[in-house]
Amino acid sequence: MSDVALIKSLLLTIPLAFLVFRALPAGLALAARLPLALALGWTVALGVTLLVPTGVMSYLASFAIVGSIYAVIALGLNVQWGYTGLFNIGIAAFFAVGAFTSALFTTTAPTGVAAGFTQQAFGLGAPFLVGVLAAGVVAGVLAAVVGGPTLRLRDDYLAIATIGIAELVRLVFQNERWLANGPQPLRGIPQPLVCLVREAGCPWLPAPIMGLFAPLSPRDYTYVYLVITALFVIVTFMVLERAVRSPWGRLLRAVREEEDAAAMNGKDVARIKLQAFVVGAVIMGMGGALYAHYMVAIDYSHFDPLYATFLIWVMLMLGGSGNNRGAILGAFVIWGVWTGAAFAVDALRPALAAISPELPARGPYLRLLLIALLLIFILLFRPKGLIGEERFVSRHSGSREA
Amino acid sequence: MEPTVARRIPPGADGVPNGQPLLHVDRLSKDFGGLRAVNGCSFSVRSGSITGLIGPNGAGKSTVFGLISGFLRPDEGRVYLDGDDITGLPPHQVFRRGLCRTFQIPREHASLTVLENLMLVPPDQLGERFWNPLLRPLAVRRQERTIREKAQEVLEFLTLSHLRDEYAGTLSGGQKKLLELARTLMADPRIVLLDEPAAGVNPSLMARIREQLVQLNAERGITFLLIEHDIPLVMGLCDPVIVMNQGTKLAEGPPALVRGDPRVLEAYLGGQYGAADD
Ligand SMILES: Nc1ncnc2c1ncn2[C@@H]1O[C@H](COP(=O)(O)OP(=O)(O)OP(=O)(O)O)[C@@H](O)[C@H]1O
Ligand SMILES: [Mg+2]
Repeated sequence: MSDVALIKSLLLTIPLAFLVFRALPAGLALAARLPLALALGWTVALGVTLLVPTGVMSYLASFAIVGSIYAVIALGLNVQWGYTGLFNIGIAAFFAVGAFTSALFTTTAPTGVAAGFTQQAFGLGAPFLVGVLAAGVVAGVLAAVVGGPTLRLRDDYLAIATIGIAELVRLVFQNERWLANGPQPLRGIPQPLVCLVREAGCPWLPAPIMGLFAPLSPRDYTYVYLVITALFVIVTFMVLERAVRSPWGRLLRAVREEEDAAAMNGKDVARIKLQAFVVGAVIMGMGGALYAHYMVAIDYSHFDPLYATFLIWVMLMLGGSGNNRGAILGAFVIWGVWTGAAFAVDALRPALAAISPELPARGPYLRLLLIALLLIFILLFRPKGLIGEERFVSRHSGSREA
Repeated sequence: MEPTVARRIPPGADGVPNGQPLLHVDRLSKDFGGLRAVNGCSFSVRSGSITGLIGPNGAGKSTVFGLISGFLRPDEGRVYLDGDDITGLPPHQVFRRGLCRTFQIPREHASLTVLENLMLVPPDQLGERFWNPLLRPLAVRRQERTIREKAQEVLEFLTLSHLRDEYAGTLSGGQKKLLELARTLMADPRIVLLDEPAAGVNPSLMARIREQLVQLNAERGITFLLIEHDIPLVMGLCDPVIVMNQGTKLAEGPPALVRGDPRVLEAYLGGQYGAADD
């Protein structure tokens, strides 16, 4: 076995062990559950790395990265829609604002000749995590600005306001050159921990540990970033599970079900909605940051309503709204269907050409058709999604008391 | 009901000496489009009383509840609770001042279990703050346990224990009415406004609830204002009884007096006598 395979499998163990850990019965003692999860996770990781061809493997890794980013955003939507019933159809706004914020925070403003090609409002050269946090904060502030006045009104106003803000944000990033290079991509967004795969290594890491990563070459960076996004999904998931299986989550669901009764029970409905809206937007913004650091170069066109709003809705509907596991599952399944459909359409090209010479060029629309059909099927036959909301969400309602 | 009930009330359990007005509405009016649902309606509810509010369909009783509890804004008039002007306060702030209401048509949280519907109610729960379940899980859990025990007692009390883990949306109409009542019991209110609590509840259970109301009133000093179409129930339970008709107060007094009032009969029997008199 090569050193590369070993280190890759170790990286993959991190998300896989978590999955196994969740799958093992909760009754198992931690002392047994944790090592078992690590061992099984590593076995699977090793098996996959050794058996699957390298090219396919790295394709799968980048697939999983995008899936994870979508999972984060779907988790954010789940707080808003799944638990609280807030109809946000401008996810793209928070996604984009997060992505550009982190990009501006972490890049350095161009100087000299480069300044003629790239314009940006500022560039702080801050670390990745600072960028991600800033993305969350700015997206959260945007949510407070949008939600503050509209959440007090009837439900439809939020929908109108969010769809409007998404268009506005996109137009601003498209046209305001000074802000984030306008219609041109904003490039050079740093990749976190990229030094792990570079010849020079990370200066802050002790030599023996750095030595562990020596076999990796720059094209293996995907695996490093996969671990980062996967950890992000895991942390977001755990934080949300805690928050939602508690009186806070009960409040959200109560507001979703019957506002008047919640108000009559002394709950400040407008404040609760605003909290949920902001929390969801913060998560979406951080998801946007993850996206920016993965793409390295971003521009306004990445945040069109199809990719940055519609697909995420389908993910949550399919996975199961009101269920955090469902949101994650839905993100991966729909991203799989979406990318898989591209292959299928490609394979169908000759057949399509036989029907009409113009048809192959229209192939991409077949994917949309497919997703739309899928959405209709979900709504008709599985309205609660693959894994819908549980009856006992609270950890304290007795029936589940640990 | 014997007047002795009133004397058993611990004086001033709600901060207002018994017999003094706890709730006072002053010349309330409310229009819905062209329709004047409430029209210059004034009355007081004495602390420690079980006051009845009756009147024919459409008299404006439920609308008055909405105006008092902050769901509707009056076009004219004021609402005072314990001497404070609470007109126009949002419902959750009215609740915080110790006023609870139920809805004529139950409004349960359908996809929460019955137990969770009740556990929702207590105000200022630690775990209602986003960060507390993360940072202070043990304190949250301890408080949840206390709240759960209280909820279970209330369920026991209203014979709903067997439905504890059912979705509230699956209950029958009568059971939902009980759930409405149960929620007010979770709140430790000073005054409860009940909108037709007996409708759809089976008579033997209603007899029990009635006993409980009397007991809550006597032992915990909770004041009740009760809308009800079941006249024998009102006449037996409430003193005084307020009669509303066409958006305004028509009569008020002890049940025996109200029952004999010709204007009340007229309002209930419909237009023919009234039209002749006008
Ligand atoms: N939201 C509303 N919009 C328009 N009209 C309304 C509204 N709520 C009540 N009304 C009207 O106001 C009048 C008073 O209604 P309200 O519900 O207060 O009567 P009520 O005394 O509670 O009657 P019931 O005994 O049938 O419950 C009725 O004519 C009713 O149709
Ligand atoms: Mg009514």
